Amino acid sequence: MTDYFSSLESLVSQAEKQGCSLSQLTWEYQATDMKTSREELFANMAGRLAVMRTSGEKGLEETRSPSGLSGGQGKRLREHVPQLLGPVGHDAAVIAMAIAEHNACMGRIVAAPTAGACGILPGVLLSLGKHLGKTDEQLILGLFNAAAVGLVIAKNASLSGAEGGCAAECGSAGAMAASAAVELLGGTPRMCANACAFALKAVMGLVCDPVAGLVEVPCIKRNVSGAMIALSSAELALAGIESAIPADEVILAMKSVGCMMNPALRETSLGGIAATPTACEIARRLDRKQVQASSNRPQ
Amino acid sequence: MKPWKYYEKGTSRTPMPGFMVIGGTLPLEWRDNTQTVMNMFDIIGPVMVGPSSSHTAGASRAGLVARKLLGEEPAEAEITLFGSFAKTCAGHGVDRAVIGGILGFSLDDLRLRTAFEEAEKAGLSYRVSHSELAMSHPNTVAIRLKGRSGDTIRVTVCSVGGGAIKVTEIDGGQVELTAQYATTVVFNNDRAGAVAAVTACFAQHNINIAFMRVYRNYEGKDAIMVFETDQLVGADIVEQLQRMPNIRKAVSISPFQS
Repeated sequence: MTDYFSSLESLVSQAEKQGCSLSQLTWEYQATDMKTSREELFANMAGRLAVMRTSGEKGLEETRSPSGLSGGQGKRLREHVPQLLGPVGHDAAVIAMAIAEHNACMGRIVAAPTAGACGILPGVLLSLGKHLGKTDEQLILGLFNAAAVGLVIAKNASLSGAEGGCAAECGSAGAMAASAAVELLGGTPRMCANACAFALKAVMGLVCDPVAGLVEVPCIKRNVSGAMIALSSAELALAGIESAIPADEVILAMKSVGCMMNPALRETSLGGIAATPTACEIARRLDRKQVQASSNRPQ
Repeated sequence: MKPWKYYEKGTSRTPMPGFMVIGGTLPLEWRDNTQTVMNMFDIIGPVMVGPSSSHTAGASRAGLVARKLLGEEPAEAEITLFGSFAKTCAGHGVDRAVIGGILGFSLDDLRLRTAFEEAEKAGLSYRVSHSELAMSHPNTVAIRLKGRSGDTIRVTVCSVGGGAIKVTEIDGGQVELTAQYATTVVFNNDRAGAVAAVTACFAQHNINIAFMRVYRNYEGKDAIMVFETDQLVGADIVEQLQRMPNIRKAVSISPFQS
């Protein structure tokens, strides 16, 4: 079986040769790989887009996470009149935050590519849908495009914070969203690859340092940062700016950086933000709460 | 239920006898199947209840696979969480997710959030304990289930990332089961011809075996066969397997999908 997703370069040159988009190519390839019809793949992805949309709405309701650490900030950001961000950026931030909070509150979300980074891709896509008139069909194609980028990163580096730090999770999500946004706005496949490279370079080496081991602090706000990086990367690519380093080499660098990273900075909560005095105090407080909860549990 | 040794959070005396591997187990491997092909729904997915694919989605699948291996409605559950599963249990809802899985909920079922209440409704009694014993994988859960008929099963499951799981122990025997393929687990007596009888049955029903392994702890005693197949093994075939001599139980598990 041909491995269609071994590199971005192979996908881009194939798309250029066929004169089609990355999403069309991915759609075709995946229908072959998964031995299923194109219609079935489309319907399945449409279901995922619907879950993304619902999670963005539910995330704006006033809730708190089981730990009490997060919730309600997406709503606050939506009610705030943006002073710096435009409508696309503001809504992308609101949706990214709302979905990441909904995830922390045990809501139903689509991991994209992971649960910890689940706000970034829908934040960018749904905001484009709302403000730039992109139809659901176009957004679903955007998800196909993003999936192709995710598959290439999964094969050549990693999507797991325990292996590649936050760069592997929020970084990959940002690269996927940037590529999808470029295609939705009429950019070429090569521009998509450039947008990926920009997004990944922006977070190269970003550590995964969840406070008390929970997907809340700093993960939720990093979803907003990831969405902003995706938008700026897409904007650069659409302007025709090229990455000096090809996207595939950036992905390999990301893998290498992950290997060089101290395990304390890879989802173990032993370094970074998680090792600050305040974070340690939060962890101790939650630990006490948990001991109480487990001793009160019905037998 | 006969009480079995368990450990409350913070104690670490001796390992649980039931989960120690006694004697050598020789997994007979035809091919390594740890590398499975990813598709775009692994990237844009799974659809799941948050907050963590390993600690919530993986935990619910651990409960679900234990339920499937029991093969009937569970009445009692004893759950021991290890490592990071124990440490971050409350914030990630690990205990609720495992119990939800034992109740048969899938990883995107919102009832995972209220699994304690759902367990009461379903008449499932449970006990959750936390252990600080180091296990080979940081996200490990040991589950003992007792079914309505009194049948029991003990499994150890690791959540290996992205919602994927690996069953590493069934009833004290070391196995490796990921449920990424249609999987059939056969509990048999270690006798000549037992494997051949099962594979012949599969052949008769046009079930193609992708991977298979057989395990036992002692010669002539309890053995386990794990088959990963291209087609799902239906209830009728499972029934046929269970009627065979030297086969105590057979269960068919449909593959997990993202």
